[in-house]
Amino acid sequence: MSDLLKLSGVHTHIGRYHILQGIDLAVPQGQVTMLLGRNGAGKTTTLRTIMGLWQASSGEISLNGERIESRTTPDIARLGVGYVPESMAVFSDLTVKENLVLAARDGPLDDKQLEWIFGFFPALRRFWLSRAGSLSGGQKQMLSIARAIIEPRKLLLIDEPTKGLAPAIIVALIECLKEIKRKGATILLVEQNFFAARELGDNVLVMDNGTIVHRGEMAALAADVPLQERLLGLSLEAHQ
Amino acid sequence: MMILSGDPPRSRVLTLVLIVIILALAATPFLFPGAKALNVAAKICVFAALVASYDLLLGYTGSVSFAHTMFYGIGSYAIAIALYGMGPNWAAVATGIVVGLPLAALLALAIGLFSLRVAAIFFAMITLAVASAFQVLASQLSWLTGGEDGRSFQLPELLRPGTVLIPKGLFGFEVNGRILTFYLVFAVSALMILALLRVVNSPFGRVLQAIRENRFRAEALGFRTVFHLTYANCLAALVAAGAGILNALWLRYAGPDTSLSFSIMLDILLMVVIGGMGTIYGAIIGATIFILAQNYLQALMGVASKAASEAGLPLLPGLLHPDRWLLWLGLLFIASVYFFPTGVVGRLRHDGGDKGAGASH
Repeated sequence: MSDLLKLSGVHTHIGRYHILQGIDLAVPQGQVTMLLGRNGAGKTTTLRTIMGLWQASSGEISLNGERIESRTTPDIARLGVGYVPESMAVFSDLTVKENLVLAARDGPLDDKQLEWIFGFFPALRRFWLSRAGSLSGGQKQMLSIARAIIEPRKLLLIDEPTKGLAPAIIVALIECLKEIKRKGATILLVEQNFFAARELGDNVLVMDNGTIVHRGEMAALAADVPLQERLLGLSLEAHQ
Repeated sequence: MMILSGDPPRSRVLTLVLIVIILALAATPFLFPGAKALNVAAKICVFAALVASYDLLLGYTGSVSFAHTMFYGIGSYAIAIALYGMGPNWAAVATGIVVGLPLAALLALAIGLFSLRVAAIFFAMITLAVASAFQVLASQLSWLTGGEDGRSFQLPELLRPGTVLIPKGLFGFEVNGRILTFYLVFAVSALMILALLRVVNSPFGRVLQAIRENRFRAEALGFRTVFHLTYANCLAALVAAGAGILNALWLRYAGPDTSLSFSIMLDILLMVVIGGMGTIYGAIIGATIFILAQNYLQALMGVASKAASEAGLPLLPGLLHPDRWLLWLGLLFIASVYFFPTGVVGRLRHDGGDKGAGASH
């Protein structure tokens, strides 16, 4: 399986803080790679650096073999990278429809894709013409993910999609992400919910202090309780 | 609905108020005879368009610009210099338009590309600096602009007050060049406001709203926000210059006080806040309230003060003395911002039930 995304020796500074301290990672095509780690380990900064929202101070980032570390965020998005930031990032003054039309950017909405999305998130159909700001937290997260998948993307960067959601919504969200995975999407997913991580992940990367401290298969980490405790300070079993 | 680009006022009271304002403006030459009423009506038209163009910037993109009066001034001076230099003919009017509008757009493009890619405060500071420099330049280039005295000029024959188009008839009304000029101002202002309504309700307008809410999120969707913001800046500058042209044509004069002063900038800010930001309709309401208060509050206070004095009331005649009208104008604006934090349009829409469709929580 070839690598769609590769980071080699990536450093990122935010002000005087040295956040990413030489990240090396690869995201294989058609797989879900989980990015785990404690709070403040640098997971969100990694996604934002890939997206060009923070400029890497050194190192190489390549997408499909093409260097992207000096490209602007809109250029990276137009190369086919979809980004779902944490905290239910919708445009709250716009309607659900307008949010999705914006995400489709250069063309009309694909009806087939829209129906597929409505299949997972029926609330979006119900509140089609409502302002996104009036949606509940779970509905906003659904809209945020729908916006990233309304158009075919080469790579999806998703930051803690289950954060702050009710358990029932989390289950629906996991089902949706599994379906996206089955369709062959390549995903780099930051997640604190280990149940979700185990359900979705093919591979896993664990970060600490701005570096990757572990890489391997998700199933292997899920089965190794001492390793989980050493890397993450807690075990998957405790989260079920 | 088509003419409003699918964006109706969304409140019965607001619709009614807008209809009354538009009908009153359209009928001013016949309903309210006299130069003052016509001057006030023309000023409302010009400022409604000018404020709407500022609303495109402040209300739809969240960019604070202090250079809006500069673009307004460019329009005013372009037409004034052309008519002063070439004489009162239509070729001069066309020259003023052909020079003024692109000049405003080019300057807006340069300012936008230079400063809109960084923090919003930088854009505000750059516009302030450029506008100040332009004001000094207009004052120094007196051979061209007339300096502090400005430029007075004559209009083409058709638009002069002495030109009678329809003589006094059965109803006792005469249509002359002055009234024709008023309707020119009215129609062009209305067209510019409708064009802005079209812009903000287009896909481009939705991107602007997305940028206002979160610029990085809009970029992460693939939008080159600098180009969108710069384009909006150019459109706003074009309409501001258009309003400046209309103002100069109406006054037959362009000078620093009527076209470039910072007090105009403050007036625009107040009008957009009073009317309601990000609504376009707020520009019509804000301009009407502000200009009516500016022109009639003093006279109204004179009447009230006299009545209170005749009634033998203590304190009130002094408080309502016409000389204190600016104090009351200030209090009126503070009260309007306090009671209508989302502007008159925001409040009327909210009271009319436009709270966004509810979702289950």
